Amino acid sequence: MTTEQAVRPDSAVTKDHAVSPASRAVEVLGGELTEQSLKRYLAGIPGVDAVGLHARAADLGSRSIKTTSKAWALDRIISLIDLTTLEGADTPGKVRSLVAKGLTPDAGDLSCPRVAAVCVYGDMVPAAVEALGVFHGENVEGGINVAAVATAFPSGRASLAVKLADTADAVAAGADEIDMVIDRGAFLSGRYGQVFDEIVAVKEACRRVDGSYAHLKVILETGELNTYDNVRRASWLAILAGGDFIKTSTGKVAPAATLPVTLLMLEVVRDWHRLTGEKIGVKPAGGIRTSKDAIKYLVTVAETAGEEWLQPHLFRFGASSLLNDVLLQRQKLASGHYSGADYVTID
Amino acid sequence: MSFLEYAPAPESTALLNLQSEYGLFINGEFVAGSDPTFSTISPATEKHIATIAQASSADVDAAVKAARTAYDTTWSRLSGRDRGKYLFRIARLVQERARELAVAESLDNGKPIKESRDVDVPLVAAWFFYYAGWADKLDHAGVGPNPRALGVAAQVIPWNFPLLMLAWKIAPALAAGNTVVLKPAETTPLTALLFAEIVQQAGLPAGVVNIVTGAGETGRALVNHPDVNKVAFTGSTSVGREIARSLAGTSKKLTLELGGKGANIVFDDAPIDQAIEGIVRGIFFNQGHVCCAGSRLLVQENIHDEVVERLKTRLGTLRVGDPLDKNTDVGAINSAEQLQRIRTLSDIGEAEGAERWSPACDLPENGFWFAPTIFTNVSTSSRIARDEIFGPVLSILSFRTPAEAIAKANNTPYGLSAGIWSDKGSKILAVADKLRAGVIWANTFNQFDPSSPFGGYKESGYGREGGKQGLAAYLAPAAFGSSPTALPVSTSSALEGADK
Repeated sequence: MTTEQAVRPDSAVTKDHAVSPASRAVEVLGGELTEQSLKRYLAGIPGVDAVGLHARAADLGSRSIKTTSKAWALDRIISLIDLTTLEGADTPGKVRSLVAKGLTPDAGDLSCPRVAAVCVYGDMVPAAVEALGVFHGENVEGGINVAAVATAFPSGRASLAVKLADTADAVAAGADEIDMVIDRGAFLSGRYGQVFDEIVAVKEACRRVDGSYAHLKVILETGELNTYDNVRRASWLAILAGGDFIKTSTGKVAPAATLPVTLLMLEVVRDWHRLTGEKIGVKPAGGIRTSKDAIKYLVTVAETAGEEWLQPHLFRFGASSLLNDVLLQRQKLASGHYSGADYVTID
Repeated sequence: MSFLEYAPAPESTALLNLQSEYGLFINGEFVAGSDPTFSTISPATEKHIATIAQASSADVDAAVKAARTAYDTTWSRLSGRDRGKYLFRIARLVQERARELAVAESLDNGKPIKESRDVDVPLVAAWFFYYAGWADKLDHAGVGPNPRALGVAAQVIPWNFPLLMLAWKIAPALAAGNTVVLKPAETTPLTALLFAEIVQQAGLPAGVVNIVTGAGETGRALVNHPDVNKVAFTGSTSVGREIARSLAGTSKKLTLELGGKGANIVFDDAPIDQAIEGIVRGIFFNQGHVCCAGSRLLVQENIHDEVVERLKTRLGTLRVGDPLDKNTDVGAINSAEQLQRIRTLSDIGEAEGAERWSPACDLPENGFWFAPTIFTNVSTSSRIARDEIFGPVLSILSFRTPAEAIAKANNTPYGLSAGIWSDKGSKILAVADKLRAGVIWANTFNQFDPSSPFGGYKESGYGREGGKQGLAAYLAPAAFGSSPTALPVSTSSALEGADK
């Protein structure tokens, strides 16, 4: 993969170009992969009726999850969280604190499950890895992953070379998961081939020296894509290019994750599974702050893609303040009364 | 236990303060009926809820007299603004007592609490608010300046949306200045009687709203009563025919809202996930006890198999059971009689060669239950493609061209509703233009709003409910030379005089 291959002038919209022969796309689209064949495929996907989508999301959001179901849901939410800090002011100390919180969310109740991962900027990966020590990685008993945002997060405004270096650097430092952003400008102007090639290239940059790959989450930044038709196409594009997860947002653009947009992306992974038998993950990120909201997402996952999606390989919450609200609810369920913000630790 | 087997989340019945026995609501008071009482039961458990009075023809006569007196002495003399105040008050009381009404409705009718809570009761309040606003603007109802009320309206409503159908009938009638005698369905009288309490609470003048409970005989006595000026009926086509026959030659005005066999047309360019939701909403909403249900699904041939497969997957997530559980999607069939009709027609469908499918679901032992069912390989001549089943049963047919879809959709004696699913606006308009149905939904189904008129073609009835048109059904143009404020005698006698 060379830089020149993906960087193209705008006139590429009218001319046809070969795109990277990602194995999924080759299998599903067949024939020679070109920008035009990719475009035609994405244009052929049925449209989305926004009113109907909202109505369905509202309906799923009205499920009433009580008692034993609620207890299960709260624990499951914790184990699906990517505990996140993505601030310019982040320090190694803050990351250590975040890791400690991820490993022991509720110091007063050690039966509380651990989060799925901590999510940080690339330069904080070494700090996170060091803080985790023996608990680094999902393959270790009780271990949690380190996820790093990469590719000039959150805007994605950098050359491909920089994006790939950003990714490779995080992987080399020990990141288990890479959260990349797509080039929304290219997508909105119709240069699907460029977006596709970038994802393929970043996926290759996720390759470790031993030949294994860090998990790739592709952030669509749905708040900038504007229409549900665009979100659906971008979801298919990201999956065809090799993404392991499709993720709603960076959390830096409003609106971030919403229930309708997550429902729509879940419908895409359900359809992908129907088509190929392969399971792709979904990660809503940003704006999910309460247990009540998070439970609505669990319901939506279970009733759309299926209950088997409710595991860290296939569903994540990108969140920072959600964890504490879940802990408060969890304590309330166990003790029968509400405590307060001083009974859970700030990260 | 899997997460999807959500723990029970039953709505509490504690706030329901029901009487053990209900009389007839005549002239502002509950009075005993002359005929033997009957029991109203919960279709989900078959348990007795309350004992209900049965109105004899003498009781009906008393109710019509009360309505006539109220019309002559108070209601027709009130200004539109004052009538509007009462209607606003009723609307607010419905909102205040919304939870109680929703629980009572689900208990008595068997519909899921999420529907009575989120659809029925909010629409009831909306209907009263809407027509309250019209009460002082009758000049703009489309029947000319200074329109007159008709007098006493006899209203007979069905069991599928007991309180909502009551609102559809009572709100425009009162706004237009009529008084009413309403008969709720025999199996679902409960919320109408709670509504009578609301009428008392609102301080409505005695006799403006009268509610008589009973079966077919009571209804017959009511619509045939000589001092009734207007009859409004919602229910089956056979009863509607009988009413039309008995009213022929009288001066009574009549509106009928009868059965349907709505076509839900899905084109290959439809937003597929939303179309699947719309199909489900079209036929499994309220257990399919909906006159405008999309009970015939017409799918374009090239996506037929995909739609059926997706629909089956979706039906697998429907939750059938206790209507009072907040997670229930499909509740109980309203009565043993209706259950029998659904079973019979479904068996005929199978015998006629259609392929029957239902998702695996455990149905409760007691009560009246029918699993959501779809039929594929249905031919246009099959009974299940022609007869109104009025249950959670969908007949799926396919079509090749828009012309064929239109021809099949119109090939029914009914003409109440239809749905069109396509992302192409021009196609939706072109097809809608050729469908003979009173209501046509595009990329949605079973949506109701008080400002939108509703009614049918052909055997689905005549007249419109809702909107300005629904108001006009309770109004007559100003009598020549008379002013609306000085109507000394009842409208009916004036009309009779004219006839002679």
